[in-house]
Amino acid sequence: MSGGVLAVVGYTEPWYIQILKSVVLFAIAVQIVPVVLLAERKLLGRFQHRYGPNRVGPFGMAQPLADIVKLATKEPFRPSTSIGFLYALAPVISLLTALAAFAIIPFGDVANIFGQDVGLYGLDVGIGVLYVFAFGAIAFYGLMLGGWASGSKYSFLGSMRAAAQLISYEVAMGLSLVGVLMMAGTLSLTEIVAAQEGLWYAVPQFVGFAIFVIAAFAETNRVPFDLPEADAELVAGYNTEYGGSRFAAFFFAEYVNIIVVSGIAVTIFLGGWQLPFIDPPGWVDPFVVLGKIFAFVFLFVWIRATLPRLRYDQLMSFGWKVLLPLATLNALVTAVLVVAL
Amino acid sequence: MSWTPGDEMLVVQRASPPGAAGGTYRAFGETLRGLKTTMSRLVEGPKTISYPEEKVPVYPRFRGRHRLHRFEDTGLEKCVGCSLCAAACPADCIRVVAAENTPENRVSAGERYAAVYEINLARCIFCGYCEVACPFDAITMGHDYEMSAYNRTDLIFTKEMLLDEPLERTPLRGEGE
Repeated sequence: MSGGVLAVVGYTEPWYIQILKSVVLFAIAVQIVPVVLLAERKLLGRFQHRYGPNRVGPFGMAQPLADIVKLATKEPFRPSTSIGFLYALAPVISLLTALAAFAIIPFGDVANIFGQDVGLYGLDVGIGVLYVFAFGAIAFYGLMLGGWASGSKYSFLGSMRAAAQLISYEVAMGLSLVGVLMMAGTLSLTEIVAAQEGLWYAVPQFVGFAIFVIAAFAETNRVPFDLPEADAELVAGYNTEYGGSRFAAFFFAEYVNIIVVSGIAVTIFLGGWQLPFIDPPGWVDPFVVLGKIFAFVFLFVWIRATLPRLRYDQLMSFGWKVLLPLATLNALVTAVLVVAL
Repeated sequence: MSWTPGDEMLVVQRASPPGAAGGTYRAFGETLRGLKTTMSRLVEGPKTISYPEEKVPVYPRFRGRHRLHRFEDTGLEKCVGCSLCAAACPADCIRVVAAENTPENRVSAGERYAAVYEINLARCIFCGYCEVACPFDAITMGHDYEMSAYNRTDLIFTKEMLLDEPLERTPLRGEGE
C-alpha cells in the first residue's frame, strides 16, 4: 500500500503490468458489450415469442459486428444548430467515464500469473465506491452536453430529464450503499468482497439491495426509467441528433454502464467472486463475477420486457418520496444495529 | 338539489390511490405478475414461422395462382377457347384468342382451342370467378402464392406457363390439420 495524493491506491504490481492490465480490461469491456447487446436482443425477442436477430452469421451472432460496421461507415454529420465542440465532446465523455468506472470492478483477488502477483481488477482505490459515483456524476455531462449541444428540442428535453432523473436517483443509490459500507467498515471494493465471506450483503441489507437495483435502472436509463431516451415521445432523447460512430459511442457507453452497475451490485451485494458453500480455485473468480453480471443483465432485460415507462412526475415522486426516505431509514437502522451489536 | 342514487345502484370499486401504501403494494404485486407473464413467454419459446424456410400450409380451397389442365389420358387441353372466363373476370385480366382445331393440329378436345391464353396476374384479384365460369374445369385456382416479379410484364402468364406443373413451392394442409 502506498499513499496517493487524493486517495490510497493499492499497488501490487509493477508499472508495465498495470499498463498491460488496462489494455486487457479495455479489451474485455469491448468484448462483453456485443455479447450483452446480442443477449439483450435475443432475450427480448424470446420474451415476446420472437427469435430476435438470427440472420447474420450462425444464430445471428455476427449481428453486433454488422451493426458496428454499419454505424462506423456512416457519414459523420452534425446539425447546423449544434455547438460543434461540445457536440463532438459529449460522446467522448460518456465513453471515457463508463470505461473508467469499469476499471474498478474487481473480477478476483490478487492472483499469481507467471510468477507475478496481479490483482484481477483495474485498480484498487481506498475510496472505491466514491470513485464509481464520481465517474457516474461526470457521465451526466456526456448526456447533458450531448442533448444541449445538439440544438434540438427533443435532445434538450431528453437531457433535462436525464439530469433531473440521474441526480435524484443518485442520492438514493448512494444512501442505499451506506448500510453496506457501515457493515464492512471500508470503501474499497475488494475489501467489501472479502468481508462478504460467509454471508452476502444482499441478505442482511436486502432493503439496500432493492433500492440499489431500482436506482441502478434509473442510473442506466433503462426501462421503466428510460425517460431521457423515451423513443415514443422524445424520438430518442439526448441522442436524437447523433448518428454514425458518435451514436455508437453513446450506445457503447450505455451498455458499459449497464455492465458497471451490474458489476457494482455483484461486488457490493452478491459477494463478488465468492460462491456459496464451495471455494473454487483462483482462476475461476473472473468467470464467477462474469456469470453474476450476466445474471444481472438478464434481470435488466426481463424488466425491460415487462414494465412500461413511468410518467415523469411518477418517476420524480417515487425517487424523492419513496426511495430516498427508505434508503435513509435503512442507513439509520443499520447504523443503530452496527453500534448496538 | 342533489341527486341520490337508488338502493340498486352499485358503488364503483375504487382501488387505493397511487402513492399510498396500498398503491405501492398493488404496483409491486402487479409488477411481479407481469414478470411471471413475460417469463412464461420465454419458457414457451418463439412462435415465429421463419417464412422463406418454413411455410404455413395452405387449405385445399386456397385460391392461389391459376392453372390450366389437360386430359390425363389423351393429353389434350381441356380449354376450348370459349372465353367465358374472360367474360366472368371482374378485373378483366384474362385474354383468350380462340382458333379452330384441325385434324393435323388437334390441341383441345372440343371444336376450338385457345391459341392465346394470357392472365395478367398484376390485375388479377384472385376471386375465382373464372374457375366457376369454366364449363370444362379447364382453369382452376392453384395453391401458389409466391408470384413477385421484377417486371410487370413478367406477371403476364401465358398458356404454356399456366399449363406447366408448378414448382412445388406451397405446402398443402392435410386433413384435420
